[in-house]
Amino acid sequence: MTARVAVCMQGIQKSFGAVHANRAVNLTVAAGTVHGIVGENGAGKSTLMSILYGFYEADAGSIEIDGKPANIRNSRHAIALGIGMVHQHFMLVDTLSALDNILLGAEPDWRLGRARARVRPLLDTLMHDTGLHVRLDLPVEELPVGERQRLEILKALFRGARVLILDEPTAVLTPTEAAQLFRTLRTLRAQGTTVLLITHKLREIMALCDAVTVMRAGAVVLDCAIADTSLDGLALAMVGRRVQLGRSTQARTEAPPGAPLLVASGLAWHDALGVARLADVSLTLHAGEIVGIAGVSGNGQGELLEVLSGMRAPQQGELALADRRYSPRAWLDPASARALGLAHVPEDRHKRGLVLPFPAWESSVLGYEHLPRYSHGGWMDAGAMRSDCAAMMNTYDVRPRDPLTRSSHFSGGNQQKLVLAREARPEPKVLLVGQPTRGVDIGAIEFIHGRLRAMRDAGGALLVVSSELDEILALADRVLVMNGGRIVGELAIADCSEAALGRLMGGADSVTGSMTGSVKIEAAA
Amino acid sequence: MSVASNALPRWMDLGLLPALNLAIALAVCGVVVKIVGHDPAQVLALLVKGAFGSRAGISYTLYYATTFVFTGLAVAVAFHGGLFNIGGEGQAMMGGLGTALVALSLADHLPAAIVLPLMVLAAMLFGMLWAAVPAALQAYRGSHVVITTIMFNFIASALLSYLLVNVLKEPGNMTVESRRFADSARLPGVHDALAWLGVEWPRTPLNLSVLLAVAASVAVWALLWHSRPGYSMRAVGFAPEAALYAGIRPKRQVMLAMALSGALAGLVGVNEIAGVHQRLLLDFVVGAGFAGIAVSLIGRSHPVGIVLAAVLFGALYQGGAELAFEIPGFSRDMVFTLQGLIVLFSGAMAQVLAPALQRLHHALRPAAATQGAAHG
Repeated sequence: MTARVAVCMQGIQKSFGAVHANRAVNLTVAAGTVHGIVGENGAGKSTLMSILYGFYEADAGSIEIDGKPANIRNSRHAIALGIGMVHQHFMLVDTLSALDNILLGAEPDWRLGRARARVRPLLDTLMHDTGLHVRLDLPVEELPVGERQRLEILKALFRGARVLILDEPTAVLTPTEAAQLFRTLRTLRAQGTTVLLITHKLREIMALCDAVTVMRAGAVVLDCAIADTSLDGLALAMVGRRVQLGRSTQARTEAPPGAPLLVASGLAWHDALGVARLADVSLTLHAGEIVGIAGVSGNGQGELLEVLSGMRAPQQGELALADRRYSPRAWLDPASARALGLAHVPEDRHKRGLVLPFPAWESSVLGYEHLPRYSHGGWMDAGAMRSDCAAMMNTYDVRPRDPLTRSSHFSGGNQQKLVLAREARPEPKVLLVGQPTRGVDIGAIEFIHGRLRAMRDAGGALLVVSSELDEILALADRVLVMNGGRIVGELAIADCSEAALGRLMGGADSVTGSMTGSVKIEAAA
Repeated sequence: MSVASNALPRWMDLGLLPALNLAIALAVCGVVVKIVGHDPAQVLALLVKGAFGSRAGISYTLYYATTFVFTGLAVAVAFHGGLFNIGGEGQAMMGGLGTALVALSLADHLPAAIVLPLMVLAAMLFGMLWAAVPAALQAYRGSHVVITTIMFNFIASALLSYLLVNVLKEPGNMTVESRRFADSARLPGVHDALAWLGVEWPRTPLNLSVLLAVAASVAVWALLWHSRPGYSMRAVGFAPEAALYAGIRPKRQVMLAMALSGALAGLVGVNEIAGVHQRLLLDFVVGAGFAGIAVSLIGRSHPVGIVLAAVLFGALYQGGAELAFEIPGFSRDMVFTLQGLIVLFSGAMAQVLAPALQRLHHALRPAAATQGAAHG
C-alpha cells in the first residue's frame, strides 16, 4: 500500500443549531485504498462527507487533498479537486438519456450533438477500463437500479474523480448486483482510485475495505486497518455495547402455526399504463408466525402492502380477514382494516407513517384519531393524546421523550419506533410491516426486532417486507420471495440460504446470464 | 441526518423576525418616499396618526381589518387543507349577493332579529356554494383549484353585473345598484351599539361584523387545532399519503376545506353590504379577496397572526387614505407600493433573515449549543 495520503481532514467541527454533528474529527485516507466509514444514523458520517464534498462548510478544521490544503466551498470546487460523490438517492434526470446525464453540467461544447460525439468515445474507453457498463442511449428511467448506480460512478469518474465517495451503495441492490459493484470497486482501487465507502453493513466493510473509521455521536471512536479488527469489534465500537442481531440462539418452542388470520388469493393489480405490478399473489398469515417477504425494492412488495392494508383495491383477487370476505368491487378500506385488528407500519414513514409537521402527539394517533378515547363528538382530547404518546415513548424508548417535538425532528430510528408503538398499541391480530428497520441504527434494530418477535409470540400474525436479507433471515419463520410482482418462491426458514434467496430475488429462475436488466424488463413485459 | 434547520426559539420566530421584516419594509418605503420628494418621518407619523390617532381613525382601521380577517381566514383554512384558494374575491361577491337577496326579499316583512341571522347564513351559504364547485372539480375531476377559483372570480363578477343590471337595479336609477334595504336589514354600527351602552363614538362604517370576525377567528382556531375534522384536514394538507394511510378520505376533506373557506370569504358580504352599504353594488369587494392571500401569508395562516396582519392592512388602508388627503401629490399608488413592500418583506421573504438570526442566537448562547449534541 502506498503511503501517499489522498484525503486528510483534521479537527473538523460542525454544529447545526444545538446539534454537534462533528466534533474534532480526524480522517486520513491513503491513496488507492477503499476506506470504510461506519456509524449509526446521526453519528455524523454523512455530515463529514458533505463537508468533504462541499455541501457544508466546517465550523473549524482543515482539509488536505493530495497533500495540498484545500478550502472546499461548494461541490463544483470539490469536483475540480477530484472528489466525486454517489448519493444514496441518485442525482439523475430520469427523462434524459444516460449519456446526457453524464454531459449535464460538463458539456464540452454548447452544440449538444458535437458534445455527445466528443464524449462518447471517451466514455467507451472508460467503461472498458473500469467494467462500468451502461447503456448510454437509454433514458435513465428505463435503466435498472444497478445500472443507474454504475452510471453515477461513471459520471463521477468522467469528471475526473480520483476520490470516490459512495453513500450506502448497496442499499438498493440485489446480492448479485452488490457483488458486481464490489468487483468494480476493487478494479478501481487497482487503478489507483481512492474509495470512501459509507455503510452500516459491517460485513461489506470487512469484505472490501483496507481501513475503517468508526464514528459515534459525532466523534471518531475507532480508526484502524481492516486486518486489526473484526465484525464484533466494529459493532462494539459503533454502538458502544454488545448487540445481539440475527436469530436468537435459544430455540423458540416450535408451536404449530395457528389459525389463518388473513387469507389472500389471486391478487392482481396493474397500474394506469397497464403494467402488472402484482400478479396472482396468494398468501396466508397464521397466528403466531412471521412471514417474510424478500425481494429487491420495487418488485411489488409496496403494492402488496397497500392492497392488504386496504389503501388500494386490486383488480382481481380475494381477501378474507376476520371472517369478512372482500372482492375488488368492495375492497377493504384502511379504517375498517384497523377496526378488524389489522395494523400497518408503512414502508415510507416520512410520507405515510407520520405527518412530519405534526407534533409527535398528533402523529401518534394517526389512523386512530376517531377512537372514543381521543375524540368526543368531533372534539379532540389533546390531554389523552399527549399522555398516550408519552406512554408509547416510554415503552418504545423514543428519544427525545417529548410529545411536543415535531415528528420531523426525530431521527429515523425514533420515528420508526413511534410508528411501531402506535400500530402495536391496539394489539392487532395482523400486523403488516414494510421495511421495519430501513435507515435505522443497530441499537434500534435490535429493539424493533425484539418487539416484532414478542408480538409473534403473543399470537399475532406478522408480514414483514424487507429488502435486507439479513433482516428476513433474522425474523421470519417462512419466507416468500417476490420478483416482478409475483411470488416466485416460498421457503421454510430452515431451507433458506442467502444464495438461494438471492437467486430467486434476482429472477434467476426465469432469466439467466444478464444480472442487471431482468427485473424491470420482466415486470414491464 | 435530520437536523432542524430553522431551530429559532419561539420568541424570535414569532416576535423578533416579523418585527424586523416590518422594519425593513418600512425602511425601504422610507427610501422610496424620500426619492419621491417627501419626508419619510412625516409620512410615517401621518400614516400612524391617520390609522390610530383618533377614535374615528381606529374605527375605520378596524372596519377594513374586519374584511381582511374574513378573507385571510378563508385563505388560511384552505391552506391547512393543502389548497390554495384564490377565489376569495368571487366568494365574497357571492356572499354579498346572498346577503342582499335575503334582505331584498324578507326585510320588508320580518324584524331584524330574524332577518339579520338569515343574512349572515345566506352570505356563508352563497360563498360556500361558490367555492364548492371548484372544490368538486378538484376532488373528483382533478382540475387544479388555483385555476378554477381564478376563473370563478370572473364568473362571479360577470354574474353580479348581470343580476344588478338586468334584475336587481331599481328602475329609473342611473347607478348600477339595488334598491336600499329596509331598516330591519341593517347590521348596527359599533357607534349605535356603544350609544345603547351610553358611550359616545363617532359615526363610522365599523359595524357589529367586527364581533363576527373575532368569533370566526376563534372558531377557525378551535376547528383546526381541536376538532377531528380539523385534524383530518391538516393531515390531508400536510401529507396526503399519510391521510390516505390513516383512512381519511382526501376528497371529502377537500370539499370541507373549500366549503369552510368559501363561507368565511362570503362573510365579507355581511360587513360591506349589511353593515355599510345597505344595498348591493358592483365592486364592494375591491381586491379584499386577494389582500386576504397576503394577510394569511403574513399571519402564517394562524388566526392570531391573521388578526394582527389584518389590522396592519387595515391601518395601511386607513392611514393611506389619510395621507392621500393630507399630502398633495401623495397618491393612493404610494400606499399600494407600501403594501407591496410589506407583502414582499413580511410574506414572500419572511424567512430570509432566519439563518442570520439563528447564527446570532447561536453565537450569543454557546452554552446551549453543546447540550443537545449527545443525541446527534
